[in-house]
This record gives sequence, C-alpha cells and structure tokens, in this order.
Amino acid sequence: MVELVKRNKALSVKPLKSSQTIGAALAYLGLSRAIPMLHGSQGCTAFGKVFFVRHFREPIPLQTTAMDQVSTVMGSEDSIREGLATICSKSKPDIIGVPTTGLTETQGSDVRMAIKEFRDQHPEFEDTVVIPVDTPDFTGCFETGYAKAVDGLIEALVQPVTEKDASRVNILAGSHMTPGDVEEIKDMVDMFGLTPVVIPDISASLDGHLPENDFNPLTTGGTRVEQIRTAGAAVATFVIGASLKPAADRLKDVTGVEDYRFDHLMGLDAVDAFVAALAKISGRPAPAKLKRQRTQLLDAMLDAHFMVGQARIAIAADPDLLKTLADWVSGLGAEVVAAVTPAGAQSLKTLPVESVKVGDLEDLEMLAKGADAELLIGNSHCVQSAGRLGVPLLRAGFPQFDILGGFRKTWAGYAGTRDAFFELANLMLSTHKGEVEAYDSVYAQRNYANSDQREEEHAHRTASPGSGLHH
Amino acid sequence: MKPQDIAELLDEPACGHNNKEKSGCARPKPGAAAGGCSFDGAQIALLPIADVAHIVHGPIACAGSSWDNRGTRSSGPTLWRVGMTTDLTEQDVIMGRSEKRLFHSIKQAVQDYSPAAVFVYNTCVPALIGDDVDAVCKEAEERWGVPVVPVDGAGFYGTKNLGNRIAGEAMVKHVIGTREPDPVPDHLKRDGIDVHDITLIGEYNIAGELWHVMPLLDELGLRVLGSLSGDTRFAEVQTMHRAEVNMMVCSKAMINVARKLQEKYATPWFEGSFYGTSDMSTALRKFAEIIDDVSLTERTEALIEREEKHLDKQLEPWRDRLRGKRVLLYTGGVKSWSVVAALQDLGLEVVATGTKKSTEEDKARIRELMGQDAVMIEDGNPRALLDTVANLKADILIAGGRNMYTALKARVPFLDINQEREFAYAGYEGMVELARQLALSLENPVWDAVRKPAPWDMEGEA
Repeated sequence: MVELVKRNKALSVKPLKSSQTIGAALAYLGLSRAIPMLHGSQGCTAFGKVFFVRHFREPIPLQTTAMDQVSTVMGSEDSIREGLATICSKSKPDIIGVPTTGLTETQGSDVRMAIKEFRDQHPEFEDTVVIPVDTPDFTGCFETGYAKAVDGLIEALVQPVTEKDASRVNILAGSHMTPGDVEEIKDMVDMFGLTPVVIPDISASLDGHLPENDFNPLTTGGTRVEQIRTAGAAVATFVIGASLKPAADRLKDVTGVEDYRFDHLMGLDAVDAFVAALAKISGRPAPAKLKRQRTQLLDAMLDAHFMVGQARIAIAADPDLLKTLADWVSGLGAEVVAAVTPAGAQSLKTLPVESVKVGDLEDLEMLAKGADAELLIGNSHCVQSAGRLGVPLLRAGFPQFDILGGFRKTWAGYAGTRDAFFELANLMLSTHKGEVEAYDSVYAQRNYANSDQREEEHAHRTASPGSGLHH
Repeated sequence: MKPQDIAELLDEPACGHNNKEKSGCARPKPGAAAGGCSFDGAQIALLPIADVAHIVHGPIACAGSSWDNRGTRSSGPTLWRVGMTTDLTEQDVIMGRSEKRLFHSIKQAVQDYSPAAVFVYNTCVPALIGDDVDAVCKEAEERWGVPVVPVDGAGFYGTKNLGNRIAGEAMVKHVIGTREPDPVPDHLKRDGIDVHDITLIGEYNIAGELWHVMPLLDELGLRVLGSLSGDTRFAEVQTMHRAEVNMMVCSKAMINVARKLQEKYATPWFEGSFYGTSDMSTALRKFAEIIDDVSLTERTEALIEREEKHLDKQLEPWRDRLRGKRVLLYTGGVKSWSVVAALQDLGLEVVATGTKKSTEEDKARIRELMGQDAVMIEDGNPRALLDTVANLKADILIAGGRNMYTALKARVPFLDINQEREFAYAGYEGMVELARQLALSLENPVWDAVRKPAPWDMEGEA
C-alpha cells in the first residue's frame, strides 16, 4: 500500500506544480485551428505563454480576457463575449477553449452564460466551437486541468453515430505524453492497418515543424473538431493515462465503443499489452518491424541492467508521468527512493514505491538526500537541486527550458523505451558508481624514497594561501 | 491597493506620456491583448535583489509557471532564484485561511533561508478576497525581526508597466532610506580620487551586461550604492537615498522612483543608456557633469578616449561584414533610439523602428538619427511586423523575445534585444558582442536552407 504524504508546510518552495489552467490550455493546443483564451488577468496568459514558448520553442497561440479592476469588481462576462468576438473576427478559429483561472472562479464568473449570450449576439460566428472548462489554480495541477479539458471536449462534441469505420481507433492521450510519444504510437497503430485519431493530438501541432505559411495565429495542426464528433465510429478506444478516466468513462457511455486502458506505454509489459490489443483489434499479427524493435529493447535491457539495477532514483512529476517513470525504471530493477508529485491522485496508489510526497522540489531535494538518491528525474527546475546533490538529472515533464528537443523526446513504445534506457544507463555510468577510490599504502616501498620531498611539498602547500596575500 | 493609489501611480509628472495616453491605464482589449500584468511587472522589477526571499502570495499559477525565469545575474547570493509561493488551496480561499498561511510562510522562509529581507507579492485571488497583506507583513516583521515588504501589485490592477511602478513605490516607501551607507574603507581609497556615490534605476543586469560597465565605474571611483535592481542586495537598496546622482537606465518603467528620490532627498537624476558607443560615453559624461568634480571629468574624458579607440579597432572587422545590412528594430521607449545609434555605428542601416512605448522626445531623437522620413512602427502585432520586414526588405528583425519564434517561422533572421536575451550588449564590450551576434545570425547558412524548396517538390517547380 502506497502511503500518500500530504503537504505539511505553509510555504511552497521551488514549486513543482503548474496550474490547471495552462494544463487545459495544452489540451486545446492539440486541436486543429484552435486557440485557448484564458479567462483571467493578462498575466495568467503571459506567464502561460512564456512557459510553453520556452518549452516548445514555438510561437504559441494563447489569448486572454484581460481582466482589469472594472471587470473584476463589476463582472467579467462582457470580457468573455468581447474576447470571443475579437478572436473570431480576426482569425476564424475552428475552436476556442476557455479555461478559467483562480481569479474568475473566486469572482464567480458565469462563463457558460457569457458564451450563450455570445452565441445569441453573434450568429455569424456559429462555425466556431467554444468550450469552457473550470480550471482554478487553487486546486489540482497541470495534469488535472488537461484531463478536465479533454473530458469537456468529449462532453461538448461527441455524438452517437450509426456508421462504423472498421479501421478507426481513438486514442485519448494524457498530458504525460510528448509529441514524440504520440507520433510513435500513431506509427504503431498504423502498422496494423488501423487509422489512429488522437484526442488531443499535440504531435500534429507542437512537434516543432516549419509550416509553409509565414504566420499562423492559430494552431497549425491537431485533431479536427469533426474527428472528435465522430469518435463513436471507431472500433476501439485506447486510453493512455489514469487521469483521463472521467473522459474515458464519458466517451464509452456516449459511444459504446470498447476501450483499452493503459497508465502509459513505456516499458516492456505496457508496450506488449498495447501491441497485443492492436493485434486483436486488427486481426493481424505484429509486424516484423515491431518484432525487431522488441528484440532491440530486450537487448538494450540486458546491456543496461548492470547500471540501472539497484540504481537509487528520485522522481518529481505529475501523477501520470510519475507512474510512467516509476514503472519504467523499476521494470529494470532500479529503486524509486523518493517520489514527489504536486497533487494527489487515485492512480498514485499503484506506484511501485512505499510512499509518495505531495510537495515541491525542496521536498524532492530533502527526500533524495535522505535516501542517498543517485539520480533525479524531473523538469528543468531540478537542475539546481541535482547540482547541489551532486547527482545527474534525467529531464522529463514540463517545463524543459534549458535544453533543445526535450519537448519531443520519445519515451513510449519499444523504440522509445530502448533509447530511454540507454540514456538512463549512460547517466548512471557518469556517476562512476562502485569505483574504488585510490589508496596509497604508507608501507609501500615506492613511497620511501621521496618521503622527505613530499613532506616539504605538503608544508609549502599549507603556507601558500597566506603568502599569496603579500603579493 | 486602493483605486486612488493606482490612479496616483498612473499620474507621473516626470513621464513624457503623462499628458496624453497613460501607459498604465489604457484598457487592454480582451481577445487581442499581449503582455503581462501588474504582478508580472512588480516581480520582474525586484526579483534581481539577490539576497531577498521573494514570496508570491496566491494560488500556484502566478509563481508556478514563472519562477526562476529571469535572465538576470547575481555575483553572489542565489536566494532570488528559489521560487517561493503560498500556493493557496481552495480551502484557504473559502475558509479565509490565506492570511494565516502567509504569516507562517514568512516564518518558514526566514527560518529556512535566513534572507536579508522578505518581499511579499500580492496577487489577484488574495486581493479579491481582501487579504490584508500589509498588516500580515507588519506583524511578521515585528515577530521575526527581518524586514518584510509588501508589494501590492495584483494582476488585475493593470499592466506590467504599472507593476514596475508599484514595485518602485514599495522600495521608496519601505526600503530606501532605512540604512546609512558604509564608509569607503581605507584600502579602497586612491590618491587624488574622491569616491562618488551613484545609483542605477531600471538596470537589471540581464545576461550579466552590467559587468561590462561596472569595471569602468570602479576605475572612475563611482560607487554604485545600490540599484533597482540588477546584481544588488537588500542592504544596498536601503542606502540609495544617499546617492549624489541617480541614473534612470534605459527605461521609464521606474521613473516614479527617480522623481520621488529627487523630491525627498533632492538627488538629481538623468536618463541614459549603456547601449552603443555614444550613449555609453554620454552616460559617463553625465555622471561627471552632475557630480561636478574636475578630476572626475578629466579622468572620464581620458577613459572614454581610451575605450572608444580600443573599441573602434575591435569593431573594424565586424563593420566590414555588417555594412549595408538592413535592420528593422522593434523595441520600446529609449531603446528605440539608443539602439539605433549603436546599430548605425556598426555600419548597419536601420530601416524602421518601433515607437509603441516611445515619448515625443524619443521620436524627435529618432528623426535626428534616421532622418525626417524615419519609418516608425506603432502597432507591433506579429502579422504587421512581418509585413513591414518584407516591404522594407529588412535583412534582420531585432525585437523582444516574444517575437522570436514569429520571426523564425517566417524565415526571418532575428536578434533578441529585450529582457529575455542571453547575451550582454551593454557597455563598450557589449558592442562587440552585438556585432558578433548580428553576424552570427545574418551569415548563417540556415536562411538559404529554409528558403529553398525541396528538390523533389514538384509543386515548387511548377
């Protein structure tokens, strides 16, 4: 049984948590011709924008209702209507997501009423879908905001369909998956002759590509609204991430499509189960390429188990990502000696650890130190902690602002897991674990001859800092 | 913060904008707004004070995605990089427990990190539910004997610029003037050289660029008592009232501080810039002129002559490579002309400059430098900016980090000149870095690569 250790201090130091609001924004950024408009003051959006821009190194479409003193005191519904109308007339998006913030939730802003009024006043913008989601930052975390937004998309868009598409499968992808992960999974589905529709598909918008147009005020790819509407046509749904349970339940209720649920697609067992499901659904055997990749993963695990086995690892991440990474490293014999997550979640109960701390990176640092961790896994903010602990850092999660390419690294699938093991093993090698420190015996004969000289050297060295002052 | 306090901050007699549009009060348009909030402005203005515990009082969004996100450098303490927030929960908000959490948070910060002071930044949610942040700070200060300074700049109060002023106001009200400067120790005294005290306001030591300037100030015997806020310490900011002259560096953001220090302590101030050879020299001359010390003036002139000569030699090879290249500069305020001069100095042609945050005075100087027909860009939305780049056949866009990926996606060379930049362009040495970075970008083979179609692309051929 995993013990969940709750927050026990007033101040959060070196926060691990990012807000629900921007988590929801990420979900909308995985839709085609979309833009999120955060309902809050300008800073909510400005900070979120910088957060994503530095992580993805991409221009990020993100707008704001720009709450000021007047709308904060007198009501902010006008700001929502005005914001929606402005965006629609400027760039005609297919969909606008409206995540709320702590400010507007505290105020009691009625977003749904404002959207309804917008609909009544502006029939000319009826082609643009507008979806609200309640994501105050005083509860939950990045992951829960994302999951709520996905649930909201299904609630608002999915309709029962009569016609089936025998090749189509839905994939609900959690916030713990990178654009590279989603790409990899789409490729795997593709190999079985099936057509994947990922909701939301950040691999088509935030994969870091150079579009033809010189300027795009909206997302340049992602799941189309129509594809979400017709989710019921699929023969199966894959759900990746325990946080998506409410969304998955709803999708199943509405469509009746059979679903296959996974916490993640990293590590041998998870990927094996995924491939088995694909084989069952498609009625095809696993293709040669995947078989080959599985043998590569097994070989990599054999090579890496020397370094990864018994490695003492500390991980800080949102619950789904924490589960992914903990399962992955313990699948090759590593021990997760410290696990920190920003907010509680049901899924944490299945972690391969004794206890999970709901906390921040200060907690991570202290736990890692107390448990003699040899390696940290976490976001770019962990660099300083790793430096103080004198251990290497494997970067994972949001934000990764101090390296290139972290945003799209592939961890999932046989190939992703293989490469991730190589990286983990290499980092462990860099610690020179188990190396014996040189010891020069005092009785060794080689040391007799120049012992006088050594004493002199020693005397000189102790004196030199002081003498330096006189220069 | 009360509405009349905000109105007072927006009414800034020393600002050239004051008679028309007030930068803080122009209402941002929902759905078409860019830029930060007052909290953002307040935090970035003070965060570089390195030995202070900066506590953000609010739920997670304000600190969670912004901590340790400032490209300024400290030569010593790293406490300012430790993100701290009360991370308010739903229960705190509903049950009114946020003041209590703040009080205990201050205690925790003081006990765990022994800061020189604690700054508490108010944000939207506690401002809305009516937390008395001033009272909590006052009580905490008495209880734990460490200065606790409230900075009441909740996001919905207004723009980032207003936040800068709120931060400056907090320093004038609570910090500056609370300690006398230490005397200059004997071993630092030099014959014939009187040490004069100055301050820098609105200088943030981005990418460590202040360190291009400090050795020269040291050489001249100019002691920077404290600054707002690049590479400074709390105890230094406390003594800023004793300066002989304050320099407003390159930005009107904290002009209220310079004005109030003049009113309160009769300290003269001038506005200047460390960007570009001529502005750098002008700034040094201004110090000497206002301090009015014959020896300082002589030594300043000698230093300028030496540095300019040396720089000229260093820049020569770069000028050949950069000559005639066309630049579109989009940045605000003073930089709209001070950087123009720097670029012209390198032999580049500035085809247009942004004037969104510039005053009439700024614009007059632009005309002086670029001629009567100088193209000035008021609206900096990305689409308009890219069109201007195309129309004026600019070779490179120099702007703030916000526009970086917009430029790159449009296959336009780009140089970051604002606060997120990673290179130090201030001082004489900074000019060489600027030249190097311009050449690095302009001459890179990537521009050919991204502009030519794939050879197998049939549509491209047709």
